[in-house]
Amino acid sequence: MEEVIWTTIRLAATTTAILLVLATPLAWWLARSPRWWKEIIAAVAALPIVLPPTVLGFYLLIALAPQSPLIALLHPFGVRTLAFTFTGLVIGSVIYSLPFAVQPLRGAFEAMGDRPMEVAATLRAAPIDAFVTVALPLARRGFVAAAVLVFAHTVGEFGVVLMIGGGVPGKTEVLSIRIYQLVEQLNFVEAHRLALGLLVFAFVVVLAMLLIDRRASRIGI
Amino acid sequence: MTGAICVEGQFAGRLGAFCLDASFTLAPRGITALTGPSGSGKTTLLRCIAGLTRLPGRLTVAGQIWQNMSAFVPTHRRAVGVVFQDASLLSHLSVMRNLTYGQRRAAEPPTIKLDEVVELLGLETLLARSPRNLSGGERQRVSLGRALLSQPRLLLMDEPLSSLDIESKAEIMPYLERLHRALAIPALYVTHDMSEVRRLADHLLEMQAGRIVKAERDVRVGEADDAALAGMTEEAIRKLALEALRAGLG
Repeated sequence: MEEVIWTTIRLAATTTAILLVLATPLAWWLARSPRWWKEIIAAVAALPIVLPPTVLGFYLLIALAPQSPLIALLHPFGVRTLAFTFTGLVIGSVIYSLPFAVQPLRGAFEAMGDRPMEVAATLRAAPIDAFVTVALPLARRGFVAAAVLVFAHTVGEFGVVLMIGGGVPGKTEVLSIRIYQLVEQLNFVEAHRLALGLLVFAFVVVLAMLLIDRRASRIGI
Repeated sequence: MTGAICVEGQFAGRLGAFCLDASFTLAPRGITALTGPSGSGKTTLLRCIAGLTRLPGRLTVAGQIWQNMSAFVPTHRRAVGVVFQDASLLSHLSVMRNLTYGQRRAAEPPTIKLDEVVELLGLETLLARSPRNLSGGERQRVSLGRALLSQPRLLLMDEPLSSLDIESKAEIMPYLERLHRALAIPALYVTHDMSEVRRLADHLLEMQAGRIVKAERDVRVGEADDAALAGMTEEAIRKLALEALRAGLG
């Protein structure tokens, strides 16, 4: 059981870390670019919200399977397949949770407006310097929201992790899949325990977010 | 920062429906007021000089080319200080950190020192505070100090008093006048308030529909009453401003 919890936490934490790094430049570009076609990219990045997880999982499984041309590119590095591996699971989760990182970050960057970056430029800050010292701190609530949403969403995913991961014990089996398997085995007592655990977890996450938000607006961040 | 700083530029281009076509020279010392009705392009011209808006043209400051046919120096490489209409302090930094943000990044060794600016603008008691808890007038003073500490060779002020109420204006005016006397670099001061022009401007540029329609040097009269203002009561200053306004209209 500890193994399943550990895999779940490791998956959620890795996904969150990767997504905060990947989604930041994307969200920044979406918030600041004047080009109209950026919305096409935004729509692609938002697709995982509306796509059935099994559809996404199916395509990802094909892309990460041994016969995939993508995997063929990795053959020189000794990679034969990413399906049913933890790495594959991380790739799937990153794509699946992408909108949950991009949306709050884009919102935070848009709310900031152009002025703070203009001010920084008139104070001799080069673009990267201005981004790190002005844009990132001003958008910190967006980062908190993105991190919490991605983490919680990854813990809760089922369709994608089942398709790509297959629930291999000790490798790709996560909490949501364990619950499903326990129910299949009619082990309702154990299933209850895990389900209740996840319910409490979800509640704590949402409550924490609301409290952080409340505190932040009270001290005027 | 020795020798006269000459500023010479010309911009021509469209921004949506608006058309800017302005040539100008700024006097190397003193405040040049840029006036004109709203929508005449004052702020656009100021933004072009700062490099925040890019329109075709050329601009030379103290012999350095900031913009011409082939070159465009980005804002962060221009030694320009900008005071925005709404102060635009960085809300995540204290007053002190706002003041030193540009100072720490300025290339030259500082000729404008922190304690001098703090004294000039009366910022001692504000340094540890957050910009959120400042009054409008205080914010604008910090914004002014921040621009000065970035060691500019050209100071641009975009209607710095227009968002303030009459009390805040009266409070900040003596500081602006002290700054005016101490300032050794050219400054462009956008306003459509004639009393501010009369109180602060040495030179005048007037815009209409994107063009400079009037350029006058040394318009300043009554330099003497300037020094007396610092110690005056708010009411006396307001009365004087009113007189100045009448004189400006007459």
